[in-house]
Amino acid sequence: MQEKTYVEDVDRSLYDFRNEVKDVYKVDEGLTEEIVRQISKEKNDPEWMAEFRLHSLEVYNKTPFPNWGPSIDGLNMDNIVTYIKPKDNKMHADWDEVPEEIKNTFERLGIPQAERESLAGVGAQYDSELVYHNVKKEVAEQGVIYTDLESAMHGEYGDMIKDHFMHLVPPTDHKFAALHGAVWSGGSFVYVPPGVTVEIPLQSYFRLNAPGAGQFEHTLIIVDEGADLHFIEGCSAPKYNIANLHAGCVELFVGKGARLRYSTIENWSKNMYNLNTKRATVAEGGKMEWVSGSFGSHTSFLYPMTILKGDNSKVEFTGITFAGEGQDLDTGMKVVHSGKNTASAVNTKSISKSGGKNTFRSSVVVNKNAKGAKSSVDCASLMLDNISKSDTIPAMDVRCDDTDIGHEAKIGRISDEAIFYLMSRGISEEEARAMIVSGFADNVSKELPLEYALEMNNLIRLEMVGSIG
Amino acid sequence: MSDLLNITDLSVSVGEKGILDGVNLKVGKGETHVIMGPNGAGKSTLGNAIMGNPNYEITNGKIEFKDEDITAVSVSERAKKGLFLSFQNPIEIPGISLSNFIKNAFDTKTGTRSKLWQFRKDLEKKMDVLNMDYSYADRDLNVGFSGGEKKKAEILQLLMLKPDLAILDETDSGLDVDAVRTVSNGVKDFHDTTDGALIIITHSTRILEALDIDYTHILVNGRIVKTGGPELVDEINKNGFEKYLEN
Repeated sequence: MQEKTYVEDVDRSLYDFRNEVKDVYKVDEGLTEEIVRQISKEKNDPEWMAEFRLHSLEVYNKTPFPNWGPSIDGLNMDNIVTYIKPKDNKMHADWDEVPEEIKNTFERLGIPQAERESLAGVGAQYDSELVYHNVKKEVAEQGVIYTDLESAMHGEYGDMIKDHFMHLVPPTDHKFAALHGAVWSGGSFVYVPPGVTVEIPLQSYFRLNAPGAGQFEHTLIIVDEGADLHFIEGCSAPKYNIANLHAGCVELFVGKGARLRYSTIENWSKNMYNLNTKRATVAEGGKMEWVSGSFGSHTSFLYPMTILKGDNSKVEFTGITFAGEGQDLDTGMKVVHSGKNTASAVNTKSISKSGGKNTFRSSVVVNKNAKGAKSSVDCASLMLDNISKSDTIPAMDVRCDDTDIGHEAKIGRISDEAIFYLMSRGISEEEARAMIVSGFADNVSKELPLEYALEMNNLIRLEMVGSIG
Repeated sequence: MSDLLNITDLSVSVGEKGILDGVNLKVGKGETHVIMGPNGAGKSTLGNAIMGNPNYEITNGKIEFKDEDITAVSVSERAKKGLFLSFQNPIEIPGISLSNFIKNAFDTKTGTRSKLWQFRKDLEKKMDVLNMDYSYADRDLNVGFSGGEKKKAEILQLLMLKPDLAILDETDSGLDVDAVRTVSNGVKDFHDTTDGALIIITHSTRILEALDIDYTHILVNGRIVKTGGPELVDEINKNGFEKYLEN
């Protein structure tokens, strides 16, 4: 058995295994009112949710596809299956009860081991449904809720969900937000009560197995006043020759004086269109920390947004993207400074090789009452050859004069002199390149959860070894 | 006895431009050679060509090291065979500490995994020779180092890697008197504690004061126009290169 967490050498085959798609319930391809109603019925939606889905569908039909960013011509919505349910879709709290084949999938990805060793709770989603959700007893006893959104809607947190669900990211935001509102399925609901610190992270792992399918999980996290949480999200899928779509939605509510760290490691296969929407709102004195690693997908549109609503609220964004052959990763972040004395600090790195393309898009908005706002955006790009591309598109909209806003962008290539220097000490060319690339990524990879940082270094090593002609 | 390094009729171009034009040079085990010459004579080109910098194209001749033709051998293989080049402008490499870098290079060269504490002890001993604050060992390689610290870091690598032949390319340039003395002590330490040979490329002579020189070569317009003993250094010191330029 290979374990994702402690492998010496990571290769795509770890993610590329696929299970036969059999004995599943799935809706027809494409998107119609009939399909949306079917999903609602299948999921036993409360009435408000059923209506919400239909409303979202209307918005979807009226909203044009984005006319900017990477091409999504390869994505034909008429071919995407929006809902696929494993035959046994009961959610389990005991790993032994999860169906064998799905269990093996997650075993190979190292999820149960990670849970035993370093996590406070784990959720695992396979295609459209969560198959496993468990949270450590001590954490549950603190009053922390970590469960699937569907069952939570019917329970005591039903009203809380209704009051928050797609309030930060309304379906009218863009076409794929509307799509998400219509067909969303799976994902997690987390509530951390006031003053509670969750000492070790919670993790959700999303696995899309079926070809031509879409995954539309919804993550809703509410960290109440003075509470503290680290949440990790991991994603992967095997490679198929037809397009898959991921249009998830993440809504994060950081309460007064609370802190939320949200780490994502996305390693989708290279036929995936990753059109994900993430947004956080931060109350007075609260702090949001994003850590984002994007290594996979064919095409990505990903710009986590933070609204610094309360006075003295803060956000830190640390991100790294790695675009290889055939990949067009359009990523970045947005921040809105709304409260007084708010601060944002952004530090991103991108690496492109073998014709891969990275675009970093940032948007910093300072509202007119946001006195004392501080923002620093720092992005650096490294291109490993002459056919790869890198671009930076910063936008700033500052409507307040008492602010301190900085933006720094660096784009470069590996210099021959640096390679020569390292090689003159006996280090091979491959090793020298890997050393330079790892060094470039170092201050970002330090922020990743440990096992992912190791994985990223292995990934860089592997990609670099493959890149010497 | 055969020579450690044997360069025969070496011509080198950078881009379209010919820089070296038929250089012959033999260096025996443990010998100290000095290469002097005016700016643009091709001194650094010679160092780079011996180390194998791919930007320097060898258009004629060959380089033999330990009886093996290394003209087409990769840079890292040359280093593993025992060649070393101290850079005129050492490169900043973020994300790897000076200490880890040297250990990595040391282990690669020796094919062993040295014990961390023993390595650290040896490293600090050599840092003492160079008057280097130990904190530099944990800083990223050359990143934010002053000119003097960068050169010291080069000599530290020399002392730890113990090559059979080290080429020091203008190691003294841009340094103040004290720094030159420190670096010079480091070079002397290398000379005294190993049987490694040295090729010292310089156009000043301060770095040479503490060293026993076996041969001095004058390089002008891509050719070695004169070879002599240590007395040649003094002569250049007094009269400059003028005499050789006229030839």
